[in-house]
Amino acid sequence: MEILYRFRNLTALLGVLLTQLILLGYQIKSNGEVRLIRVWALGAVTPLARVIEATRTKTAHFIDDYILLARASAENRRIKAALGQQQLENQRLRTELATADRAHALAIFEQQSPSKTIAARVIGNATGIGTRVVILDRGSSSGIEKGMAVITAQGIVGKITGVYANAAYVLLLTDSSFAAGVISQKARVRGTLRGEGDAAPAVELISNDLKIEKGDWFYTSGDDRIFPKGLPVGQVTSVGPGRVYQEIQLLPSGLESGLEEVLVVVDGVHGRIPDAPPPEQSVRLLAPPPTDTLAAPADSNANAKKGGGLLTDADRMLDRYRKIGLSLGHVFGQSGGAPNYNINLNPAPATAPREASSAQDAPPPSPLGAVKP
Amino acid sequence: MSLSSSHARDDFADPGLRSGSTKYRPLIVAGVALGAILFQVYIPRLLQVLSYLELPLLVTIYFPLMRRSPLSGVAVGAGIGLLQDALSNNPLGMYGISKTLLGYMAGSVSQRFDDRNPSVRLILSFVFFLLHQLLYGAMQVALRGQPFGLSPVRTLVEAILNALVALPFFSTLDRLKLGSAG
Repeated sequence: MEILYRFRNLTALLGVLLTQLILLGYQIKSNGEVRLIRVWALGAVTPLARVIEATRTKTAHFIDDYILLARASAENRRIKAALGQQQLENQRLRTELATADRAHALAIFEQQSPSKTIAARVIGNATGIGTRVVILDRGSSSGIEKGMAVITAQGIVGKITGVYANAAYVLLLTDSSFAAGVISQKARVRGTLRGEGDAAPAVELISNDLKIEKGDWFYTSGDDRIFPKGLPVGQVTSVGPGRVYQEIQLLPSGLESGLEEVLVVVDGVHGRIPDAPPPEQSVRLLAPPPTDTLAAPADSNANAKKGGGLLTDADRMLDRYRKIGLSLGHVFGQSGGAPNYNINLNPAPATAPREASSAQDAPPPSPLGAVKP
Repeated sequence: MSLSSSHARDDFADPGLRSGSTKYRPLIVAGVALGAILFQVYIPRLLQVLSYLELPLLVTIYFPLMRRSPLSGVAVGAGIGLLQDALSNNPLGMYGISKTLLGYMAGSVSQRFDDRNPSVRLILSFVFFLLHQLLYGAMQVALRGQPFGLSPVRTLVEAILNALVALPFFSTLDRLKLGSAG
């Protein structure tokens, strides 16, 4: 006992280490886990993480909204002065497109996907340097189970490796312990996707004699029984021959646009591998708005179609005065002053006054006003 | 870097507060440890560049170093390590064991060095970071049968960066002390 007391620091160290080794041995041997400690730890951290995340999101949205508002206001003034109503309409459409966020796209994907999914938000990273595990804000209370696939509208993201009441761990596809069955879109060649840490994920077990090209798309094959068949995985960025198998690297499409909202596949439905690569995110634009024809006379509209360009109220007014002048027999540029206009007169079509006029050989007046022949 | 000869005589037997050791409120130690863990959980999501920071390790080094007690090193290391394990995807004990050992070592070496000297702090943080990564990697191989997975260059760079961050971080923590003995 005296020896133990004399070396109490060392004894304490050995005691703590031995306890942890036994704990570790139990977990590794029985593939079980000490759930209570994890539940306590998550219970302590998750509420704080939620509060921080909520504060950050609200602040970011507020700043975004403010910047958006300021930009829209400045843009609005500039366009009003320069181009008028038509460009203002375009700006409004552009602003609407800019504010369409990823959550909206995800919701559309969720509706279209045959698999049953649950939307979740990433609220934190698991601890440890270089970790590729993230924490979701949903857990077993939302129906999430260990082994479920996690995806976005762009492609696969990872799989659930741990589930608690209100949180779940997702092992990202870039982690070196991640693996999934994949199939190429063009040649229908099967392989295994493996995470490579910092480097791009690799597709392994594809023989050198099989044809894979840079730019080819890979989809989930469904062989791993985790990811439903037919989900986009990524595009080949480099391919080269190896000793037995090709060395292929992918750009994972699911992680391309950051990771904030994801979908957890709770009931997967296998799909088809599409014949064409996934389409680019296209934006549907409205047709240009029609020209406002109500204020202009019918014949000036015809002139505009011919290239006369009566687009503004000033153009239309000038045209109207020119016709009134012609119907009254006024020859522009010869009377030495402004004609005595009856502006309430309804001008006849452009050809009529010219036939009635004595100045038939006079040149057509310039749309800019009085021009001497 | 001064050698404290009065402490060198008896490394393990003295259980009490040693000459030059610094006291902290237990609540402050727990709060700083939890803050460091939360930082690692949350901040890399906002600033990916900060994912190289291992603040829990720096806290594990700092408190035993200032307390000059291997026993408190064991307690702080085991506590932070197990909490980190609980929030990671690892079995409990992986970070626990490596940080327990490091806490003990930090408490032991503090009896021989001037723990307030910035160069000593820099070198100790650098060495302890490397040691931590080596221990963790070795346990991954030995206990879990997983690849070693440490890039030497990257680990060295991370060790340098963490050592550089340790200086202002330790100075900040110095302001939280309650008092010094001896």
